[in-house]
Amino acid sequence: MSLLEVQDLAVEYPLARGLVGSVGRRPRQSVHAVDGISFTLERGELLALVGESGCGKTTTAQTVLRLVEPVRGRISFEGGEITKLGQRQLRPLRRRMQIVYQDPYESLDPRLTVRAAVEEPLLIHHVGGSKSQREERVREALERVELTPPELFLQRYPHELSGGQRQRVAIAAAIVLEPDLLVADEPVSMLDVSVRAGVLTLLDRLRAGGLAVLMITHDLSTAARFADRIAVMYLGRIVEEGPAAEVVANPQHPYTKALLSVVPRRDPRERMRPQILQGEAPDAVRIPPGCRFHPRCPAAIPACRQIDPELRPEGAAHRAACILVS
Amino acid sequence: MTLLALDDLHVWFDLGEGRELHAVQGVSLELEPGQRLGLVGESGCGKTTTVLGLLGLLPPSASVAGRVLLNSVDILAGGEESIRPHRWTDLAIVFQGAMNALNPVQTVEAQIVEALELHGRASGRAARVRVGELLEAVGIPRDRATRYPHEFSGGMRQRAAIAMALACNPSVLVADEPTTALDVMVQAQILELLDSLCRDFGLALLLVTHDLPVVAQLCDRAAVMYAGEIVEQGPVDALFHDPRHPYTRLLFAATPDLHGHDALASIPGSPPRLDRLVEGCPFAPRCDRAFDRCAVQRPLLRELDAGREAACHLNDVLAVTA
Amino acid sequence: MSVAAREPGAVIEQAPIRSRPGIVWQAIRKRPSAIVGATILGVVILGALLAPVLAPYDVHEQVGPVFGHPSWSHPVGLDDGGIDMLSLLMWGARVSLLVGFAATFVSMVIGGTIGVASGYFGGRTDTILMRITDYFLVIPDVPLMIVVAAIWGPSLFHIIIVIGILLWTSTARVIRAQVKSVRERVYVKRARALGAGHTRIVWSHVLPQVAPLLIANTVLTIAVAIFDETALAFLGLGDPSRVSLGKIIENAFQRAAISTGAWWAIVPPGLLVAAIILSCSLIGGAIEDALNPRLRVAHLAARSFRLRPLVGRGSEAV
Repeated sequence: MSLLEVQDLAVEYPLARGLVGSVGRRPRQSVHAVDGISFTLERGELLALVGESGCGKTTTAQTVLRLVEPVRGRISFEGGEITKLGQRQLRPLRRRMQIVYQDPYESLDPRLTVRAAVEEPLLIHHVGGSKSQREERVREALERVELTPPELFLQRYPHELSGGQRQRVAIAAAIVLEPDLLVADEPVSMLDVSVRAGVLTLLDRLRAGGLAVLMITHDLSTAARFADRIAVMYLGRIVEEGPAAEVVANPQHPYTKALLSVVPRRDPRERMRPQILQGEAPDAVRIPPGCRFHPRCPAAIPACRQIDPELRPEGAAHRAACILVS
Repeated sequence: MTLLALDDLHVWFDLGEGRELHAVQGVSLELEPGQRLGLVGESGCGKTTTVLGLLGLLPPSASVAGRVLLNSVDILAGGEESIRPHRWTDLAIVFQGAMNALNPVQTVEAQIVEALELHGRASGRAARVRVGELLEAVGIPRDRATRYPHEFSGGMRQRAAIAMALACNPSVLVADEPTTALDVMVQAQILELLDSLCRDFGLALLLVTHDLPVVAQLCDRAAVMYAGEIVEQGPVDALFHDPRHPYTRLLFAATPDLHGHDALASIPGSPPRLDRLVEGCPFAPRCDRAFDRCAVQRPLLRELDAGREAACHLNDVLAVTA
Repeated sequence: MSVAAREPGAVIEQAPIRSRPGIVWQAIRKRPSAIVGATILGVVILGALLAPVLAPYDVHEQVGPVFGHPSWSHPVGLDDGGIDMLSLLMWGARVSLLVGFAATFVSMVIGGTIGVASGYFGGRTDTILMRITDYFLVIPDVPLMIVVAAIWGPSLFHIIIVIGILLWTSTARVIRAQVKSVRERVYVKRARALGAGHTRIVWSHVLPQVAPLLIANTVLTIAVAIFDETALAFLGLGDPSRVSLGKIIENAFQRAAISTGAWWAIVPPGLLVAAIILSCSLIGGAIEDALNPRLRVAHLAARSFRLRPLVGRGSEAV
């Protein structure tokens, strides 16, 4: 049984119609942020959801935590369905699913010390008995995120810490309850390059300890290095998924191929053969018929305009949603 | 003849109460016509301040020293008065986040026309024709000229900002983090655009960024900045394959590569505060190869081979063997 | 946004001010106008509080002729009943300040609650509460106060309630805007994701950010409340048994102080009211200014960067 199972998840945001539209009874349009995706996540696995802006990866992450409501689909956590649970019933579950946000400068309440920030989850969920017991857990969490010695950091305020340290504090606050699932939304994109590896390695270490990590990122190189599996999203759908190394070495979907080809390489001698797609992804309101990628696809054939492909081959570890994939 | 040269540029910011932030500490660069130079560094290293200083766009709290030589003439000597005539006409800049700084209540065409009229290049109908040319050069269809910025996507707005920068045919284009907020595919489009513009118009490009791979692919040479100064400068190939400063080496090692397999490096600690005088090498506390001399004596930027320089005691063979 | 978008340049991150007294005190300390205002207000409040002890004469006792001139023993002269003006002013300020503070308290409680509820919950709650606020906003203050005072009877309690009910609208709007913006901050979203309940979020994360603004708004509201009370009293609608500064003016006015040339019966109380209102405005304004993000107008400044002659090495040195 997978820790997290998502089936045919869809999230829509209705667009305001305006006065003319309402009066004229124009059909209500929606942004199809997530349009039917399915995936699983196991314990101790790091799944990277990659894609460009507007592909729905952040919305997916927030929906999994029920911070956003889906319009259809199922979310199962440890076998139990959580799609329709009320906020009150979700509370105990929130202990087991945590999130780390992108912006380390805004993630922490500037008025709370590190100690208070990491202790807060314990107080919210009434965990950890006495004050000294809670302090013990806070120290442990700080040590796990390598902010050692903890005494040095407990009384500090966020503005006294660097970006990397702040992000570690945010991670500490997320793991102090010992969750089973951690959603990391672009955890290092706002950190300096020299600091990223430290935080990513930390996430990797936590993963090795059994934590399931759902990482949202636009950085394919990071995903290639740290993820066990990669799922590439485009316009609300997963267009390719599989073991990270395989997806990167042997991409099947034309979008993945193009995306990988334009990632700048750090070795100046690496001859790049970028396949630059023209234009940008259309907005998620008017999704193209058939395969949603066909207007920009360099390998499109007439059938692509009619057929909306499923991920195939079915049951395989590495699949792509393209009719040209056997 | 060197098109643009910065000679020992310093920038201080007044922090009040007698304190100063020494943001740029003696930066010297050279840019030949048609050359692409990358100015690389992490946040706070002073790269943006350097280019703002070179264009004279610093606030009143800033003091500047040094020379900015445009075709061997020091345009910094007379302050704002001597720099202004060259702004946009010789030296143009695409600011960081320029795509979000377009005037939302003016059409894109109107904004570029304004640049042309301000510098007396064209007006009225002739200006609009020129705008059409510029937009086509950056890949925006002419008929979109009369749209408003919010009707454009991020990538298109960035192209518009580039078109605006090219309005007066500058010889140097400074681009500060031109692709940072963009998706990787759009980034590739913009980089390709910059590449072709430099070739077609003979533009020299000064690319400021923290993104090493971008510099590795687009630029011929790069200067690595740390704590307000340049610690290494040279051809990008040499910087990657034969770095002569530990920071350069570590920075590359900390950058993940799509197909790389070696362990990613991270650099412990933080850059030094620039409101205090630093003794010795500013990178020493974080350096994995520091030795006793590093904490006491500040290494000078020295020329190693033709076109390469680095500020590190390790290059001083005598020091190592002593 | 990325790493590079945060390049500090000349910015060294400031410690955020963590306590409410902290920001208020700092805001006042840094502005001369606010210091003046705080001083004046302090003196007045002190005088009003200590009136029973400090007032030189009893305010019910005639100590001289009607409209007696100012003299050494009566620095502000005597009023229409021969009562010492200085003592009257002290006792009058007491009442005026009482009404001002009490009415403001009422308004702050109502406005603050509605503002927080509206901003935090949004949606229908917000719409309904804002409609209610709009209705109260369009009611003309003074006519309503007159009507209510006329119907209900002019007791101090009623005056306080009436003023309070009319003043909360601006507070509600200001607080609502701030709460809405704080609610979107990442650390608030994080707290929700952690499973924190509404109470906790509002108490620990939202209110601390809203409090300084609430204080600024409160101080400014006090000024308006005192003005309203003075106006009411002057129109004869004040509580006849409690003499506020407005009542003092009204009395003098009714008893022909002007035609007898007894300026000391009208001007000093008027000045005192004005001084209180001005002080509150200065203090409140100073706090508001302190809370506004500083506008970066560097590029619009007439001066530009300065040049410094370089001493020592140029490019020749190695």
